[in-house]
Amino acid sequence: MTWLVALRAIVQREALRFLHQRERFLAALVRPLVWLLVFAAGFRAALGLSIIPPYQTYITYETYIVPGLCGMILLFNGMQSSLSLVYDREMGSMRLLLTAPLPRWWLLFSKLLAATAISILQVYTFLLISGLYGIDHPPWGYVLVLPALLVAGLMLGSLGLALSSFVQQLENFAGVMNFVIFPMFFLSSALYPLWKMAESSPLLRDICAVNPFTHAVELIRFALHGQLNLPALGWTLLATAAFTALALWGYDPARGMSRPKG
Amino acid sequence: MRGLSHAYGAKQALDDVSFDAEPGRFTALLGPNGAGKSTLFALLTRLFSAGTGSISVGGHDLNRAPRQALACMGIVFQQPTLDLDLTVRQNLAYFAALHGLSGRAARLRIDESLERLAMGERASEKVRALNGGHRRRTELARALVHSPRVLLCDEPTVGLDAASRAAIVSHVHALAAEGLTVLWATHLTDEVGPDDHLIILHRGRILRDGAARDITEDGDLSGTFLRLTDSGETSGIAGISREGHA
Repeated sequence: MTWLVALRAIVQREALRFLHQRERFLAALVRPLVWLLVFAAGFRAALGLSIIPPYQTYITYETYIVPGLCGMILLFNGMQSSLSLVYDREMGSMRLLLTAPLPRWWLLFSKLLAATAISILQVYTFLLISGLYGIDHPPWGYVLVLPALLVAGLMLGSLGLALSSFVQQLENFAGVMNFVIFPMFFLSSALYPLWKMAESSPLLRDICAVNPFTHAVELIRFALHGQLNLPALGWTLLATAAFTALALWGYDPARGMSRPKG
Repeated sequence: MRGLSHAYGAKQALDDVSFDAEPGRFTALLGPNGAGKSTLFALLTRLFSAGTGSISVGGHDLNRAPRQALACMGIVFQQPTLDLDLTVRQNLAYFAALHGLSGRAARLRIDESLERLAMGERASEKVRALNGGHRRRTELARALVHSPRVLLCDEPTVGLDAASRAAIVSHVHALAAEGLTVLWATHLTDEVGPDDHLIILHRGRILRDGAARDITEDGDLSGTFLRLTDSGETSGIAGISREGHA
């Protein structure tokens, strides 16, 4: 009971903070929309897509990148919420959270879940706008994508959490953003299908194939079409477990999560 | 706490520190910057665990029963920990929930705690609109919401003007008089009263441990403190003190 009270409070706090930062919401939406409306429109002509699962007909490039852009929202938010963890930790409110009389893993998990819930809200807004633009999915897809977004969001959030426990300063974090977000996004199936990648470089294809973000995107892509991609789910869950373990280790009191100055 | 030591790599931050803080008494932990106060507080709040030694809070060992120990602590951190965009009440409600309090019970405790620090009428103001003194008072009120037995304050008056500082210091002395165990870290001697329990920490070691009036020489605590922590003679003093008070 106490655990749930704390979980609810952590989610509520995240939601309240989010409501106060409308520009963050807009920024999170503008980014994928620019990709969809500008980048994809230009690429549409340059890139021919064949019929690959889960699609049963020819699709436009815009349709292809929608799941990748959903993943992009989760990726950016996962990293941004861990940025807020680094910031929080410096501000001290992470210390407040960690001194609550609850198991540390539960507190961190609550924080993760809260951030993921906010991300999912943004993804649905993005799907709504892209739907109005003319890119729609089977009605069931909108329901089935929810658990896929949850798993993908938790995976990326736990990666951010793990990074935040090892990164001491905000400046270092900017570096992590460049070295984590961009490679993760570009070396995945978000923008091009893997077979297309293989045409230019088999090595690149192999790198993309082991990138957990690829599997998160494929999980979302199949779910949006009402299908379950079991291998993608498996890989995403495995990565979530690995990142979570790393984060818990990073936040273990015996290891020491920060060095005070005094 | 008993035999507490902690090192960051080669730097020894705390060296065999032992002391007790009694209920109903204001225990001041006085030390210059870098004395190890922040490390001590990080260990006390289990931000990380100590190399050696043990800490017991309210009868609970911090390593063996961390949740019970944390549950009886109220903490005012050195860094501000309030959400500026949330109201005073929302900040306290968040904290109350982290300690398992919700609904009516939480509301009552929050009101009571705010009234106690004369912050009741500011409950629905955003923290951003408050001045430094009121923010600190809010944090103090928050630390009391779950009726802790022990109150830890890590240099809570940093950055406050003289009046706000005096107000907070006297509030916390009053809380101690009501029966709370208070551990108050500071580097300012004027925050320590003659009846307070005083511990002087320097370079990770305890130089003095006793009633402030007994430690004070010639009625001048500030002078005593400066003499004790003056780098030239610390090693000798530490040796004498450890025999006398260990």
